Amino acid sequence: MPTDTATRASAQIGEQTLLDMFWIMLLSRRLDERSWMLHRQGKIAFHISAMGHEAAQVAAAFAIHRGVDYVHPYYRDLALVLAVGVTPTDFMMSLYGKQADLSSGGRQMPSHFSNRSLHIVSGSAPVATQVPQAAGLAFAIKYKQRCGLVDPNDTTQPRLALTCLGEGATSQGEWHEGMNWAGVHQLPFICLVQNNIYAISVPVQSQMAVEHVADRASAYGVKGVIVDGNDLLAMYDVMADAVQRAYSGEGATLVEAKTYRPVPHSSDDDDRSYRSRDEVEAWKRKDPIVRFQRYLTDEGLLDPAKIDAYEARARAEVDRAQADAEAAPLPAAEDALGDVYAPVEG
Amino acid sequence: MAIMTLIDAVRMAMDEEMARDPRVFITGEDVGPRGGVFRATLGLHEKYGGERVVDSPLAELSIVAVGMGAALADLRPICEIQFADFIHPAFNQIISEVSRMYYRSDGQWLVPMVIRAPYGGGIAGGLYHSQSIEAFFTHAPGLKVVVPSTPYDARGLLKSAVRDPNPVLYLEPKKGYRSIKGEVPEAEYTVPIGPARIAREGGDLSVFAYGMMAHYAVQAAEKVAREDGIDAEVIDLRTLLPVDKDAIVNSVKKTGKALIVHEDTHTMGYAAEVAAVLGDDGFEYLDGPIKRLTGPDVPGVPFSHPMQEYFMPNPDKIAAAIRDLAAY
Repeated sequence: MPTDTATRASAQIGEQTLLDMFWIMLLSRRLDERSWMLHRQGKIAFHISAMGHEAAQVAAAFAIHRGVDYVHPYYRDLALVLAVGVTPTDFMMSLYGKQADLSSGGRQMPSHFSNRSLHIVSGSAPVATQVPQAAGLAFAIKYKQRCGLVDPNDTTQPRLALTCLGEGATSQGEWHEGMNWAGVHQLPFICLVQNNIYAISVPVQSQMAVEHVADRASAYGVKGVIVDGNDLLAMYDVMADAVQRAYSGEGATLVEAKTYRPVPHSSDDDDRSYRSRDEVEAWKRKDPIVRFQRYLTDEGLLDPAKIDAYEARARAEVDRAQADAEAAPLPAAEDALGDVYAPVEG
Repeated sequence: MAIMTLIDAVRMAMDEEMARDPRVFITGEDVGPRGGVFRATLGLHEKYGGERVVDSPLAELSIVAVGMGAALADLRPICEIQFADFIHPAFNQIISEVSRMYYRSDGQWLVPMVIRAPYGGGIAGGLYHSQSIEAFFTHAPGLKVVVPSTPYDARGLLKSAVRDPNPVLYLEPKKGYRSIKGEVPEAEYTVPIGPARIAREGGDLSVFAYGMMAHYAVQAAEKVAREDGIDAEVIDLRTLLPVDKDAIVNSVKKTGKALIVHEDTHTMGYAAEVAAVLGDDGFEYLDGPIKRLTGPDVPGVPFSHPMQEYFMPNPDKIAAAIRDLAAY
């Protein structure tokens, strides 16, 4: 990783792209806040939040070929999937369990993101199940390239698989087996661990005997990197390097983004039982959006008027998404019976 | 028309499908140069190379999960679980992931994969090389569960499984890998997944079985025909999920009596579902109790010969059960 500021990958990001990244982070946050509110109002059954993770997720998304490279996300990846192309309306449809929910047609709980046309793979709720599957996606990429089914330089084809999970999920055997395949086969694979210190209530010290998840990378023969997940530009640098490694056949990377979830695990959680308000407040002062907004202001790309305009746009988009979802039809009851088996041809 | 063993037919199907479709690949433990511990993949590594016949790490969960990921990316994996007994580490992936993906993604994501697993007892394999696992997985809508019992079906059904857009768990009766021989045409064919097969026509009672037990049932039926003049029909169920309810009910409509045979343990075994189908849709045709001949309710197939033989159904036990039911 170049330490010289000018040669950092993030130094090559154009001004409009920096503002686009800020916009997605802000949109995700406002959509997230509205979701919490809708839950408190009793309008939706469940919400699970991406708050605090926006920089890690948006940087990861902008570093890959969005909509083309495979993404196998986890339930906290709202900002990531928005950056890949999911819309606030798509998300609201899933919150309300509406027929137009693109992820699952209302079959899954919210935040089980899926969009095949964007190469976002549907996930489940048992954690880390997506990791060995993402290794399989990466295996397929390499297989197709080596067996002549695709041109390795064809940028319209997926060239890597990115998967995400929390640090608690790395205790699962599924994580280990996925990482092992990625290492053995030197796959174009990026595992982004969003370490927010708590798996619901259980702190990281009860999860692992090593200090960092990334300490385990050497056990799999992959590169491990630790990064401040609340620093969008540092995050982008690390991800850009991991992407380059994947694209150039150098193999897999384990990225550990240190971050924090300033809200309860989900709308069904109360975090007051397992952490102090002082701790939460201290982390809120390191909010990744505030931090990036300050950077862009210092760089002259944002000013109060521009920020107000972004806020107004975010509010309008969230309002419209909510209105669209509330007006949309629920699934037919018998849709419960659909899509058990795909039809067999011939 | 050549006479072929069941495992040769399995290998032939994989060879043909790999030649036909470059997206088909094999992974599993020892499937590479070793050709698999049962030699199901013998020669395929040499023929298709290490890119397409891939020795996996010794970890069944990831054999299934990596296969699933590759299937999501439109490859056609054939994943070998060395013994069905070792499939349980992959249970979560098969139940929570493989079988649910199409449904949970509203029909967006397909998982066109085959999971092959040699299963069944009578081979001095003890608790962990003898298990029948079908009851766990036939409770997973979204998955297809197929059990061939003849070389003809082993080839034709496996080819259909590879081409199926849905995940297929393909259970091979390993006791019969080399002992079961049968005619297999040279010309290519497939056997559709779904319909059961009438292995022996008869009018007095119906025996429902699959895998090795389908053979034993036919042997038993020949025996009682010869010795007792009982004309038993044997239905080789072949596809356990989805359930071929019509084949089950239609046979009993003709015979009025049903015996269900499997080597899996008794309670909540597959026979319970067959019996329930008959209870739901065949009650009016029944002329006697629905009988089950199965392994006993013990935690596994014991190793030592007398105990193993006590556990396993065989042609004599099936013949005795047929006589009892016919006399009802």
